[in-house]
Parts: sequence; C-alpha cells; structure tokens
Amino acid sequence: MTFSEMHEQDGAIRSCYAEVKRWIDETGIDGLKGRMEEAEAIFRRIGITFAVYGEGGDPERLIPFDLLPRVFSRLEWERLDQGIRQRAQALNAFLYDAYHRGEILRAGLIPQDLVYQNEAFRPEMIGFDPPGRVYSHIVGIDIVRTGPDKFEVLEDNCRTPSGVSYMLENREIMTRMFPGLFSKGLVTPVDNYPALLLRTLKEVAPPACKRDPVVVLLTPGSLNSAYYEHSFLADLMGIELVEPVDLFVDNDRVWMKTTAGPRAVDVIYRRIDDDYLDPLAFRPDSLLGVPGLFHAYRAGGVTLCSAPGAGLADDKAIYVYVPEMIRFYLGEEPILSNIPTWQCGTEAGLAYVLEHLGELVAKEVHGSGGYGMLIGPQASPEAVAAYADRIRANPGGFIAQPTLALSTVPTLGVSTVVQRHADFRPFCLVGKQMRLVAGGLTRVALTEGSLVVNSSQGGGVKDTWVLRD
Amino acid sequence: MLSRTAANLFWMARHLERAESTARLLTMGQRMAVLPGSAYRDEWRSVLRVTGCEPFHTKGGPVTEEDVVRILLLDPENPASIHSCLVRARANGRSVRTKLTQEMWEALNLSWRRFDGYGLSEACQELPALIDWVKTRASVFRGAAETGMLRHEGHDFMRIGGAIERAQMTLRLLDVKYYVLLPETDVVGGGRDHYQWTSVLHALSGIRAYHHVYGGVYSPAHISDFLMVNRAFPRSVAYCVDQMRWHLERLALEHGVLATCHKTVDEVFELLLDGQDGAIFQRGLHETVQQCLKLTNRMANEIAESYYF
Repeated sequence: MTFSEMHEQDGAIRSCYAEVKRWIDETGIDGLKGRMEEAEAIFRRIGITFAVYGEGGDPERLIPFDLLPRVFSRLEWERLDQGIRQRAQALNAFLYDAYHRGEILRAGLIPQDLVYQNEAFRPEMIGFDPPGRVYSHIVGIDIVRTGPDKFEVLEDNCRTPSGVSYMLENREIMTRMFPGLFSKGLVTPVDNYPALLLRTLKEVAPPACKRDPVVVLLTPGSLNSAYYEHSFLADLMGIELVEPVDLFVDNDRVWMKTTAGPRAVDVIYRRIDDDYLDPLAFRPDSLLGVPGLFHAYRAGGVTLCSAPGAGLADDKAIYVYVPEMIRFYLGEEPILSNIPTWQCGTEAGLAYVLEHLGELVAKEVHGSGGYGMLIGPQASPEAVAAYADRIRANPGGFIAQPTLALSTVPTLGVSTVVQRHADFRPFCLVGKQMRLVAGGLTRVALTEGSLVVNSSQGGGVKDTWVLRD
Repeated sequence: MLSRTAANLFWMARHLERAESTARLLTMGQRMAVLPGSAYRDEWRSVLRVTGCEPFHTKGGPVTEEDVVRILLLDPENPASIHSCLVRARANGRSVRTKLTQEMWEALNLSWRRFDGYGLSEACQELPALIDWVKTRASVFRGAAETGMLRHEGHDFMRIGGAIERAQMTLRLLDVKYYVLLPETDVVGGGRDHYQWTSVLHALSGIRAYHHVYGGVYSPAHISDFLMVNRAFPRSVAYCVDQMRWHLERLALEHGVLATCHKTVDEVFELLLDGQDGAIFQRGLHETVQQCLKLTNRMANEIAESYYF
C-alpha cells in the first residue's frame, strides 16, 4: 500500500500539510497553474537548466518545477537528521579505513575483493591522510519513504552530488512568488547552505596553510550538465569558478592564472571526476585535468574536496554493507535502513534475480542518474529478457532490489491535485564538524505511477519544507 | 581576476558590439538601396566589404539585399554574422556567469536563440523590426551593466573590448568609403553626392548628432572630422580611444604596472590629436585610418599578452 504523505489512512489531511492544503484551496487550481507558468518563465530566464546526456535535443533543458511543496514535520526531520549524519560519518570512517589498515575487511565484514578490486578504489590514496580525515565533504543520500515511519536509503553519493542549487532556487522562487506562505515563519530556512559549505571547505585546508584559505570551485566547463549549479554555488560563496586550464602546479602548490599573474589556491571544491583530475596520476588520455595536481595534493599543498577515491563508498556493491559500517565504526544501530539488495555477483543472488527479474528493479553497479536501469514490473517481457542477458554476461556488474512502494506527494496535475511518487536527497557537509541544513532536494516522477524520479528521465523537482515545530 | 574571465568579458563585449554595429550597417544599406541611382552604386557590396564578409558572396554578380541578410544576419557559419555574434557573446557570458549580474545574464540569455532556423524571406520582410530588436538587446545589456555591474577590472576589460570593436567598425567604414570624403579636387571615380556623404553618417547612426555639431551643411572635411577626431560622438574613433585610455589607466592603477598596450593606446591618441582641424587630410585620411586600424589591432594583442589571456 502506497503511503501518501499528505493524507492519513482515512483520507484526512496530515497535520504537517495543513498549511499547504489551506493554500491550495485558497489559490485554486487555475490560480496555481497560472503561477506555474510564471515560475517556469523565471527559471528559463535565469538559465537554470540541465543537460541530458545521450538524448539529443535541447542541450539546456529546463527541469520541470512543481509548485506544491513537500513537507516534513519537525519530528520526522529530527530522525532523518540523525540518520543522515550517522551515515555520512560511517561512510567517511570506512573510506579512511579502506585506505589504511582495512580493519573492517580483516574483521571479515566486507569482502576484500569488493574493495581492492573496485574500479572506484584508488591505490594512489593508500596511506595518505586527507586533512581532518575527511574524504567525502558533501554527502548526498538518496532517501525514499515507504511508510509513516519508514525511511530507506536508496543510494549514497560521496563524490560530487548535484542538485543543491535546486534546493536553493526552488525555495527562492517560492519565497518570491508566495511571500505569504513564509511570512509566518513556519518553514526552516535553507539559504545558509552556501555559507556552511564555504566554512566546511575552509576547515579542511592543508595544515600548512596559515592564512584565510583561498577556495575555488573547479568545473569541467560550461558544457557540463551541472554547470549552472557550479556557477551558482561559486557565486553565492564568492569564490572563483575555475576550469582546469586556469590552474597549474608549481613546486607542490596549485596556482590559478589571473590578470595579475599566478595566485596560490588552498582548497579545491572539484566537480570533476577522479579520472579527469590529473592526467599524470589518473587517465593519461584525459584532455581535462591539471597535470601534477594529485602530487601537490599528496604533498599537502592543496586539499581536494572530495578526496580522490571517495567514490568507493558510494559504489552500489559497497552500499549493501553500510549498515555493517555503522555498527562497526560507530557502535550504533543504523537509524535509516537499507533496501534489501541482491548482488548478482553471488551465486544465490544471481539465481534469485534471474528468476524474479520481472518484479525487481535492477541497476548497474557503476551506473548513476537512472541510466541503464530496469524496472521489472513496468518493462515489457522482451526488455526483461534482454536485460537478463546483460546480467548473465557480467553478473558482478549488477544488483537488484524489490520494487518499492515509494510514498506519494501532492503535485499539480492538469485539472486537479494528483499524487506522484517522490524521493529525497539531503546534503550533509563534513568538515571538522558535520552540518546539515533542514531541507534538501525532492525529486518527483511526473508521470502517473512512475517510480523514476531522475531529472535525466523526465522527473521534476519541488521545494522541500521542514516545519519549525 | 582569472585571466580566462577577463578574456571572456573582453570578447563578450566585442561580439555584442559587433552585432549591434552590423545591425546599424544594415539600416544604412536599406536606406541607400531605395534611393535614386542605387543600382550602380552597389551599396550592399560596400556593406559586405566593411564587415570583411565579401568572400561569403560567392555567386558573382551584384550583391542583393537578400544576400546581405543571409550573410550578415542569419548565417551561423559566418563568424561575423549577427546570429554568430549573439551566440558567441552568450557563450562567453555563460562561461563567466559569476561575473555578470542577473540582469546582464538575462539580457544575453534571451537573445541567443532568436535566429536559429530563421527563414530568409521572413527575415527580409521583417528586417527593420529585427534590426531594432538587435539594437534593443544590446541596449538592455549595456543598461544592465551600467547600473548593476561591480566596477572591478572585469568591467574595464568589458568596456575596452566594446570600445575597440566600435572604433574598428568606424575605421573599417572609413577604410571602404574614404573616397567619398576626399576633398573635391581629388575625386576618385566620378562625382559624388549628398547621399553618399549621408550614407556614411547613417551607417553609424550619427546624422542627427552631426547636425547638432556642424549645422545642416555636409562637407567631407566635417564628416571625417566628426567620425575621426570628435571626442563627443560615441561612435567616433577619438571617443572610443578616450574610453580605452580611461579603462586601461584604471587597470594600470589596479595592477600597479604600465604595459605595452598603454603605450600603444597613447600612440593612437596622439595620432588623432594631431589630426584635428583638418590636419588629417594633409597627412592623408586613408593613411591615418589604416594606421589606426593597425595600432588598435596591435593593442588588442598586447592587452591579451599583458594580462595573460
């Protein structure tokens, strides 16, 4: 039975949605639809767009924005907040362990091969201590809700999770268009995120840095699908938005080329994959990248956020073991549960998955963004059979999970308010301390019954409210 | 400031200025084409020549309005077409998004797709409206910069880029049309008329301004004086050079260094100063124009070198 976030079982409005309901009734569907067009025009003008790889068409597509906010009560948030911090802490502890003594592997809790043979594992990082022992400074955790008290983690994002600009812009647009909704102070603000992010980044400057650290945001360039977000965050933090061509390494320090000559950089918030960071250390054929960057990092001349190799922790095969990590490193029980996952790499897992593929959601271990996944119950028998062949060809490359009854949130339909499935991505900041703004990105599947919320697959976004009491 | 940022701001302004100047040229072409005797004057060809786009006219024979609209307004393959300039200005702006204000960005972002797949006959029919639209977009952008942009060095680079492009458009126009302005005694290729003189002023939208400065009388000496050495008319070479000097001086103060480009801009400035009161004719209008073109090109390169573009 699908949980509707707006309604009690008997159809009554849940108390945290009372304000939203009042507002919907007061404005009326036609009124809301009119404002929706206005919101879209604002987004288009500002240029908040999102490119979708491999789909052709408009390279700067707009992510659909739904006006109706998604609401969490204070109590719900407190639990989420604890669970998110707990997970972010355990993931970082695991990364430190994996690149040092490997205690959790010695204890037999995670198979060694899964770590050391993992594509995301960076042998170059072994034995290196990143400042503050932090590897993943921004942890984005994808959470789905399947019941009033049931929050489950779909996946972790430890490299460079995107989407936080939508959290900020969605709120900005809502505040601009409906100031009345926020004037009562019911909703916890999120606009301090950029300040918290900058503080976090400065905290992890190399120990040798004695000045106010110079922080930059490294983007692959304006053709990247998340470029808007890169420029937006750099702008709000007041730091330079640099491309690889702007940087060079000399004498174990990283310098940016400015009109007044070279200027030293202390912390790089990089939005570039490990592979393309440094052609000398990683992919030699990369045209992107700053030669020597990794060496400067290991020499303590600069901090990279996230650390190379942090992606190990968000691998879908490693995901299965996160609850174990929480118990092992923190001695606590996980607050947010994992979704049962079958690993096709194991014999039993493979047998079960092939037999039940039509009921399961299957994913590539290294895939992301909803690409290359199969939703069994919604796929044709031919598609299921074809996917089964792909799994047989490379079982270790796939996992499968049950099809979840994702909760639904109110969404503006053609002539009425409809219920659509949604997920949630909060952004946990990890520096010398952990920081989490009360909110995140709610993604919603705009097609009736659809469970795929990825913006690359036609999903939309909404504002997310955490009520103050 | 990042050198790449400075370079992008510089080029963004150049591309936008180029789009606008080209739009003004098209207005002049249209006006001239409907005047008596236009056929033999081949006014549209001189429009192509001024913009350096004559090679794009490959079919031979006289140049028609349709040819020019295709080449200078729509052609995405021609880097100097208005279409290309708007797309590139926007690409420059996008890669330095954080250095633009919201309003500046919106002005750029609204412009760039206008001519995607625009039909030729449609464009010819609506030409005056399209030209106005281009000029308005440029004005909105400039207005947004005027009242909202931080006066950091990025603003200086942007203004220098715009001033160089504007000066060069005026210089190229004079380079192509200099014979129109020769003293009556050494006329090249037959008699000239009132229309030819005014065409030069129309191309720079300067006819009203000219009247204010010189009264209703047209004379080649006054027109060339107006376009070269007058320091009040914003499309004159002297005015643009004043702008360059002002912003280059700000850069020198900010960086504490005088570079080669500062020497070159002074050289252009003195050249124009020496050309006042008709002296430009004694030295040769055409020679002076060519010298100015050469120096401004050199200066643009020197700016790129001095600030590590």
